[in-house]
Amino acid sequence: MSERAPLLGVRDLAVSFTTEEGPVRAVDGVDLELRAGEVLAVVGESGSGKSVTAMTLMGLTRGPNAAISGAATFEGTELLAAGDAELRAIRGNRMAMIFQDPMSSLDPVYRVADQIVEQIRAHRDLGKEEARERAIELLDAVGIPDAAKRADSYPHEFSGGMRQRAMIAMALSLEPSLLIADEPTTALDVTVQAQIIELLRDLNRERDLSILLITHDIGVVAEIADRVAVMYAGRIVEYGTLDEIFYEPQHPYTWGLLGSLTRIDRPRPRRLPQIPGMPPSLLAPPQGCHFRPRCAHAFDRCLEVPGLAPRLADAPGHLDRCWLEPERKRELREADSSSALEQPR
Amino acid sequence: MDADREEAGAAGTEFTLDSSEELAGDPAERPGLGPWRLTWRRLRRDKVALAAGVVFLLLVGACLAAPLWADEIAGTTPEENHLSDKVLIDGRETEVVDLRGKPIGPTWSDHFFLGADSNGRDIMVRLLYGGRNSLMIGLAAAFGTIAAGLILGLLAGYYRGRADSVIRWLLDVIWAFPVVLLGVALGTVLALGGLELGPITIAGDSLAIPTLVIAIIYVPYLARPVRGQVLALREREFVEAARAQGMGSLRIVFREILPNVASTLVVFLPLLVANAILLEAGLSFLGAGVQPPNPSWGTMIAEGVERIVTAPHLTIVPGAMLVATVLSLNIFGEGVRDALDPRSKVRIEH
Amino acid sequence: MSSGMARFAVRRLGQMVLVLFAVSVLVFLIFNVVPGGDPAVRMAGKIPTETQVEAIREEWGFDEPLYVQYATMMKNLFTGGTVSYFTGQDVTEEIWRGLPRTLSLAVGAALIWMAFAIGLGLFSALHAGRFSDRIVTVLALVGISMPVFWLGALMSYYLGNKAGIFPEGGYVEFSENPADWFWHLVMPWTALSVLFIGLYSRVLRSDIIETMGEDYVRTARAKGLSERRVLVKHVLRNSLIPIVTLWGLDFGAVIGGAAILTETVFGLQGVGEYAAEAIGQFDLPPIMAVTMFGAFFIVVFNTLVDIAYAALDPRIRLEGEVAR
Repeated sequence: MSERAPLLGVRDLAVSFTTEEGPVRAVDGVDLELRAGEVLAVVGESGSGKSVTAMTLMGLTRGPNAAISGAATFEGTELLAAGDAELRAIRGNRMAMIFQDPMSSLDPVYRVADQIVEQIRAHRDLGKEEARERAIELLDAVGIPDAAKRADSYPHEFSGGMRQRAMIAMALSLEPSLLIADEPTTALDVTVQAQIIELLRDLNRERDLSILLITHDIGVVAEIADRVAVMYAGRIVEYGTLDEIFYEPQHPYTWGLLGSLTRIDRPRPRRLPQIPGMPPSLLAPPQGCHFRPRCAHAFDRCLEVPGLAPRLADAPGHLDRCWLEPERKRELREADSSSALEQPR
Repeated sequence: MDADREEAGAAGTEFTLDSSEELAGDPAERPGLGPWRLTWRRLRRDKVALAAGVVFLLLVGACLAAPLWADEIAGTTPEENHLSDKVLIDGRETEVVDLRGKPIGPTWSDHFFLGADSNGRDIMVRLLYGGRNSLMIGLAAAFGTIAAGLILGLLAGYYRGRADSVIRWLLDVIWAFPVVLLGVALGTVLALGGLELGPITIAGDSLAIPTLVIAIIYVPYLARPVRGQVLALREREFVEAARAQGMGSLRIVFREILPNVASTLVVFLPLLVANAILLEAGLSFLGAGVQPPNPSWGTMIAEGVERIVTAPHLTIVPGAMLVATVLSLNIFGEGVRDALDPRSKVRIEH
Repeated sequence: MSSGMARFAVRRLGQMVLVLFAVSVLVFLIFNVVPGGDPAVRMAGKIPTETQVEAIREEWGFDEPLYVQYATMMKNLFTGGTVSYFTGQDVTEEIWRGLPRTLSLAVGAALIWMAFAIGLGLFSALHAGRFSDRIVTVLALVGISMPVFWLGALMSYYLGNKAGIFPEGGYVEFSENPADWFWHLVMPWTALSVLFIGLYSRVLRSDIIETMGEDYVRTARAKGLSERRVLVKHVLRNSLIPIVTLWGLDFGAVIGGAAILTETVFGLQGVGEYAAEAIGQFDLPPIMAVTMFGAFFIVVFNTLVDIAYAALDPRIRLEGEVAR
């Protein structure tokens, strides 16, 4: 894969919220890099902080209860330090986002086309008619049948899949260079999920659209991602290309994730594999590595927070947060065949 | 435990902007603290609401102690006229009600603590007895409404079909009437002739009449939300699971649905009592509620308004008591609502 | 009007007729059928005489079977034959006379309370949690805890009688002197609004706060819209919907009910005060008429509000009832 310039660079992102019970560190160390034309998937379970990360990039978590630190650069602009007006000019325009539940993400009292027109006219000086034509074009491009007529429908008259397509159309209306997709398929039926992923993949290829995909579904990751970042309890614990993560995962959590996949090509296990324990409370996270309490291979060094760093000599782009020696990691991986995928011969 | 896990999961994948708690995941991951304990904890921290609740209880206590005050301190009854009596004020002998009909104001002493009304009656005594009546009616009516509204809402929501149609129709009809008008209509008719239900006869000037009237009027206000909730709850998985376990309908209603409806009731109770007290005052003010000679804050205000120019304290005193009671109840009710659903209150810390 | 809208309207109007019928039956039941004494004696009021009672019995047909009684009652009420046994005046005429006064009170108060409630509700929602919000909440709570007749009486006495700023009471016809008409209504409007402003500003506040947390508001922000546009076009637009229905319901209730208390205190001689006087005398025919007409008015008004609601929120047209 050719190396292209990074479109989005995130360093040391940390987001903390003040709540009734105390400060909650939803994000506690996220480093990411997304290159132009690339699909980066951020994988993690619920509560790992992946959505908060995405929303923070868009500036949607700003508020008196939130403490945000770190750096996030997008197309040369420092997002976290940008003023509200500056950020608003980028939001929806250069960088767009689609959300998990299309049913509630569209305003129920306005027609679909009108909502797209609203976004277009917020950033461009276009007449209503022109904007409306553009909206219909977009709806057609994302695969909505009979777009011209359907455009005047209300959101509740669309099916779930169509609504998500409409959201995608809306997000693309100003030709952004980055689309952030926060669990876009989780609320949809399986067949519709496949369609939406295919749509995203086509958009990535045909329009050179970079996508930051947030998901907990590894199957989806395999379909579409170029690079993968694995997130756990507010931190990115592993980052690399799709092949690197699937075939040579370095972090015990990733092993657990891959191990919990149900496989058709293997004999049925007696119990569905699970990572024992529960994710830590973000109010009082464990000292050092956040995965330490659940990790079967933890040792004394794990009380010190591991940095996200490349630890393999031959893979400078493959980063992870685990103190174990690469050799030891390989041993453990080979001992448990479920912890990685087999490289196709 | 699993419910907590699920909630944590749900909180993690669905984000809204204003509740930082949601964004941070479910902080109440401590096992063993059910939603009621949490509510109680939050309520305990709300000093204002607690203070209001205490004030309300004190007012209720004072009114319940009416006979005590009347016998021990004031030495009179709420109906006794002292028109031609004389009282010692600042060393001077003053008539309770002077020749022009103007009664004395507050003496701040044992007798006529808050003054007298134009019939020479001790206002403080009447205030406390009237309060007893007003509070009793308000509380009894509220409980009546809850009982009837709960039953009707449960039946309509759970059994649906015919029962639902009939009950809904009934609720709609009552609902169509403006509260005061219906109260007036029922109150006047019943005050005139009393009520005969088979063997039971209730006299026209009994306190039970306004209680019944008010209870009936508010039934739709409670039954409709309850019905809506039951309709929704009915479709939830835990009800299906209970049915699959072979639980009979009645048991399902009591064990699965009722506890969930309980939170609605808890929020409604203080509101209902407050509104019932206000409605009773309004009806009594008009003459369609508590009938003379029974005292009630409403009738006292009515009497006061007639003579407001000469003796404004006759109006101010009962009204102030009324406001204090209802306000304390409303503040407490607000606190309960916030404790049950903290999302309705946005917290900002600087 | 789209066909979806038209069908909804027709359906709603049909339901309305049924409810009106049910309402009339209930009024009938209350006045004629309640078990407790002789209805004719009741109608005769506080001091019934033999001849009076007999005359009443004939006029209202209390000896006849129930459905005949019902028909007689409807005829009496709606064809202007009802006469008050206490004052001797024609009930329907009196109601007509008082109607413009009651409407002046109700409409004026409704507009005032709506404007203030939206303003205060929006203000406290935007400043939620801060001190200013708490103050508004306290004021609102005080407002809903105050009996309107007490507030009115005190206002009339202190601002009217003692301070002389406003007239103590009474009503001036608009045609006579618009300025005076207005000035006489300021206090009654205020007294009546206080309760509703308190109620509505809080409902709106919690509605707005809830709406601000909705996913589609998040989407609107993600689109890069200005905060003001998000607020007005998405948050307010959605939060106002339930308020409109409530407002409609309460407007009907005001005309039907709370107005009674306010009119009495300020001596406006509207329909409400007419009813109040009748209550004081236990004079049933006016009470019956006012109840019937009041309820009818509300049912009709609510139906219109429902139809307006459907025009605002397109989801209702399909389902008929929104699961909010």
